[in-house]
Amino acid sequence: MTIAVIDYGMGNLHSVAKALEHVTHENVVVTRDPRRINGATRLVLPGQGAIRDCMGELERSEVKGLVLELLAKAEKPLLGICVGQQMLLDDSEENGGVACLGFLPGRVRRFPVDMLDSHGNRLKVPHMGWNQVAQHQPHPLWEGIDAGERFYFVHSYYVDVSDDTTLFGTTDYGHTQAHVATGRGPVFATQFHPEKSSAAGLRLLENFVNWAP
Amino acid sequence: MGLAKRIIPCLDVDAGRVVKGVNFVGIRDAGDPVEIAKRYNQQGADEITFLDITASHENRGTTVEMVERIAGEVFIPLTVGGGIRSCDDIRTMLNAGADKVSINTAAVTNPGFVREATERFGSQCIVVAIDAKRVSAEGEAPRWEIFTHGGRRPTGLDAVEWAKTMVEYGAGELLLTSMDRDGTKAGFDLGVTRAISDAVSVPVIASGGVGNLDHLVAGVIDGGADAVLAASIFHFGEYSIPDAKRYMADHGIEMRL
Repeated sequence: MTIAVIDYGMGNLHSVAKALEHVTHENVVVTRDPRRINGATRLVLPGQGAIRDCMGELERSEVKGLVLELLAKAEKPLLGICVGQQMLLDDSEENGGVACLGFLPGRVRRFPVDMLDSHGNRLKVPHMGWNQVAQHQPHPLWEGIDAGERFYFVHSYYVDVSDDTTLFGTTDYGHTQAHVATGRGPVFATQFHPEKSSAAGLRLLENFVNWAP
Repeated sequence: MGLAKRIIPCLDVDAGRVVKGVNFVGIRDAGDPVEIAKRYNQQGADEITFLDITASHENRGTTVEMVERIAGEVFIPLTVGGGIRSCDDIRTMLNAGADKVSINTAAVTNPGFVREATERFGSQCIVVAIDAKRVSAEGEAPRWEIFTHGGRRPTGLDAVEWAKTMVEYGAGELLLTSMDRDGTKAGFDLGVTRAISDAVSVPVIASGGVGNLDHLVAGVIDGGADAVLAASIFHFGEYSIPDAKRYMADHGIEMRL
């Protein structure tokens, strides 16, 4: 039993690996070796920074083909985090438009810049900090997590899926509703960082480790 | 309902120990940063910031080891500041488990470093620390200037303009410290907090001068800060983090309780 955190050169993989190690005795590896990724029982696709760089590095690391193949086979549980969620969509508005993996129908959009909070203060972008996640439909990864629980976010772009059956969680920021938990089959992906979301985040990771889709 | 304002306890660390120690209600802590970080996490801190106050080359290994130990046990965002001067420094801290680094003096001496760092690691993990001091006389239009070296060395840079420049260079967040207020317990400098918060699109953390819970409330409501950072009021058990969160929530501020 091995959980592979896919290392394609983007993102802070150590936090994810450390949090997984905290919730499971299974072997956690951070790797870009196709054999190890293929041999793993479950996968984590992280991502941070600009999506053009993430997609570019994924391509350069030669892991992209393998990830597409694994997504198409839909056999292994895969957890996408942050830009790792965004990359699963058709495309993103960031960097003047970037084609993504096309696993989930929909787009990645930018938060508007003119949002105000209830005190009339400007809502900042990136959306950074702890916000509430409404569970749009039940999912094994929500097990033991309260409706409206807060998770830690840091992002300027958000996912907007066009197929409601792929939507599992939403978060409001200003007048924008971001699709912060999405998935299909053995794939689940979050915009928030479970590895940085204290007890609730660790519970979600534990649910992922125990998930048998 | 929505995004919560954050409370960030700050630990001043020297050679792997928290300076001054921390006195949680009834428990005197000798200053082990891992134990202190764990306790702040249990109390509901939204993030933790570590400031390596000496940041000497010899101490760097100790700091890295400390960050590794904390990151293995505390699963909330960790920011490390003090002596971050190169992309190698940043990579070392991120690999140790830090989520963000705070760049202070090096941003002033070499602003291009901020751009290089954000392009390489992403804006989300680059915090620029701004130490501002009021330089206008009483009765004049308020003006603040950037100081380095713990507030001793003026730079001639206007604080609000500098904040805007750092955001253009890619800073994902600003940590604003009022050098006039730091350590005074007289409250944040709300003027500079408001001026910078209104001037930039990214979140601003207010720091310097917190003496009571009303100061935290004012930092958010009057200063427009997205997060408040404090050290001594939490360290010495005057207020706990749950006390502070409850108080801020009672004043209409969205908090993670």
